[in-house]
Amino acid sequence: MPPILEARGLTKRFKTTQALAGLDLTADRGQVTAILGPNGAGKTTFIRMVATLLLPDEGTLTVAGIDAIKEPDKVRRAIGLAGQSAAVEGAMSGRENLVLVGRLFGHDTRQAKASAEVVLDLLDLTESADRLVRTYSGGMRRKLDLGASLVGAPELLLLDEPTTGLDPRSRNDLWDAIRSLVAAGTDVLLTTQYLDEADQLAARIAIIDQGKVIAEGTPDELKSKAGNDVVEVHVADASELDRAIAALAPLGCERPRVDRPTRSIAVPVERGSAQLLEAVRLLDGLNLAVSDIGLRRATLDEVFLALTGRPAESEPDPEADGSATTDKRRRSRRAAA
Amino acid sequence: MTTANPTVTADPTRTLDLPRPTRPAGALTTALGVARRTVLRNIRNPQVFVLGMVQGAMFLLIFRYVFGGAITTNGIRYVDFLVPGFVGTGVLFAGMTSSIGAAEDLKEGFFDRLRSLPVPRIAIVSGRVVADTILATIGLTVTTVVGFAMGFRTSAPLGSLLLAVALCVFAAFAFTWMFVLLGIMAGNPQAAQGIGILVFPLTFVSSAFVPVESMPGWMQAFASNQPLTMIVNATRAFTLGDVDAVRVLGHPASYFAVRSLFWCALFIVVFAPLAARRYQRG
Ligand SMILES: Nc1ncnc2c1ncn2[C@@H]1O[C@H](COP(=O)(O)OP(=O)(O)O)[C@@H](O)[C@H]1O
Ligand SMILES: [Mg+2]
Repeated sequence: MPPILEARGLTKRFKTTQALAGLDLTADRGQVTAILGPNGAGKTTFIRMVATLLLPDEGTLTVAGIDAIKEPDKVRRAIGLAGQSAAVEGAMSGRENLVLVGRLFGHDTRQAKASAEVVLDLLDLTESADRLVRTYSGGMRRKLDLGASLVGAPELLLLDEPTTGLDPRSRNDLWDAIRSLVAAGTDVLLTTQYLDEADQLAARIAIIDQGKVIAEGTPDELKSKAGNDVVEVHVADASELDRAIAALAPLGCERPRVDRPTRSIAVPVERGSAQLLEAVRLLDGLNLAVSDIGLRRATLDEVFLALTGRPAESEPDPEADGSATTDKRRRSRRAAA
Repeated sequence: MTTANPTVTADPTRTLDLPRPTRPAGALTTALGVARRTVLRNIRNPQVFVLGMVQGAMFLLIFRYVFGGAITTNGIRYVDFLVPGFVGTGVLFAGMTSSIGAAEDLKEGFFDRLRSLPVPRIAIVSGRVVADTILATIGLTVTTVVGFAMGFRTSAPLGSLLLAVALCVFAAFAFTWMFVLLGIMAGNPQAAQGIGILVFPLTFVSSAFVPVESMPGWMQAFASNQPLTMIVNATRAFTLGDVDAVRVLGHPASYFAVRSLFWCALFIVVFAPLAARRYQRG
């Protein structure tokens, strides 16, 4: 069987913006493939192309072996799309929404109703099925939107940032729903800005930046490339920052990243807690006052920094504009040898 | 990373108990489905919907009782002049609502969802247009009822009245293609509000509320030939009967009706393909 998705050299330009700049991606069947990237990386553009809403300027794209450029209608029969905004109708009940989309997928009324029932049950929405969707919480709307993309039993589900803007509980809920889909044999291509989301759900992750895949692999492969845990230390006294950097540098698997204004040092490490303890001992031995020390997982920003040498610009730094942040971090990378 | 990786891969023994449809939905199913949803979206928002109706009734009252006294209409009562005009302008105001609705569909991802489905493209936009035509028809029915309540009377035969209604409904259908196109081009509901810039001059520089003869000459040239005036005068002529119509408006109903139909056909021929094209791949 051909892979569920194969993209080669996709490009797309909107006036002055190169949204996709030669994107290559293969997604295998039977798994979740995540596209991870900051705002503006081209995730939505790519998803819309796979969903046959947008034509590439160049490149080839097949879905389940079907040419998406030449035979969009066949591709539409193989996919279900849940776009970046939950496209469910607030003035209809959850059930009515699913029946409508089921009918449009091609079910007759009876089958559309039956499929809606299955989906409501799967997503735990049966109790709210007859309420108007405008009374739903954001998480429920998202789930229903996922359900709507599902009622036609597509081979490939396309989910564009399915959990952006959700509270942690709804996010977990939705993750569970997505996992159960895959377990039941539906392939999923999702985009996300969150490293942990990709890590939680996906068998393979493609990191994209400026319309190109810049790294691709299993979560473990990527983590070993770029996303190590980080020991983060805030020293109490700015004058001791350099001493602390010198002491901690040998611990890390990469050069520490230093943010002088906040007196913080981030040391990427390979063996997590063991090295946290070591860092505590080292600093204690030097009698160096620390206001905070801890171990945390790498952020998307850090993965980006490691892969591209510049941070992801998804969330603007509230204290500085993007370019200043970039400069600052570049300098600190050089400074911290 | 510290947590175990709970990645799930397919378990071939489990399948989601959902059949795959054997063939995609046809054009009629699609158009009706989209239309039903769009009508429900409007009438299940009673605050907005009823407010719209109340607002229309209020304007009718204001024109009738505030401006009406100062406007002379060639020997027929102002209320008999005004109500058909008001029904006709309803077409444009419904059009504004449909622009905003189309922009909302675009912004909220409903268009994308529809266009990702294996349904005929033309049926998607048709569904939208059919819904907007139904909504406009509801609006003009309400206006007519309020008009009668305010003292509008006609001695025209039922056949003429039905022709008047049919013409207004057809005009709503024809204009909606343009408004849907404008709404999609606007891209978001706020920008779509701006289409009022087009609607207001068309509405007021017409024969809807005052006889065009009261306007300055250069304005009359536009006012007496623009499409809304034709539709409004056709509606008016149907309710007045041809004798009064010729005296008050200068021509019989057929004169205005033919010109209205010409405009409507022009709107459909120009704007329907343009609107439909917006539903293709970008
Ligand atoms: N319709 C459009 N017109 C102009 N620019 C666009 C359009 N869609 C996307 N872009 C631009 O293309 C780039 C990629 O956008 P997008 O695919 O939405 O990124 P993401 O979903 O990863 O945030 C951005 O710079 C965005 O501003
Ligand atoms: Mg996006």
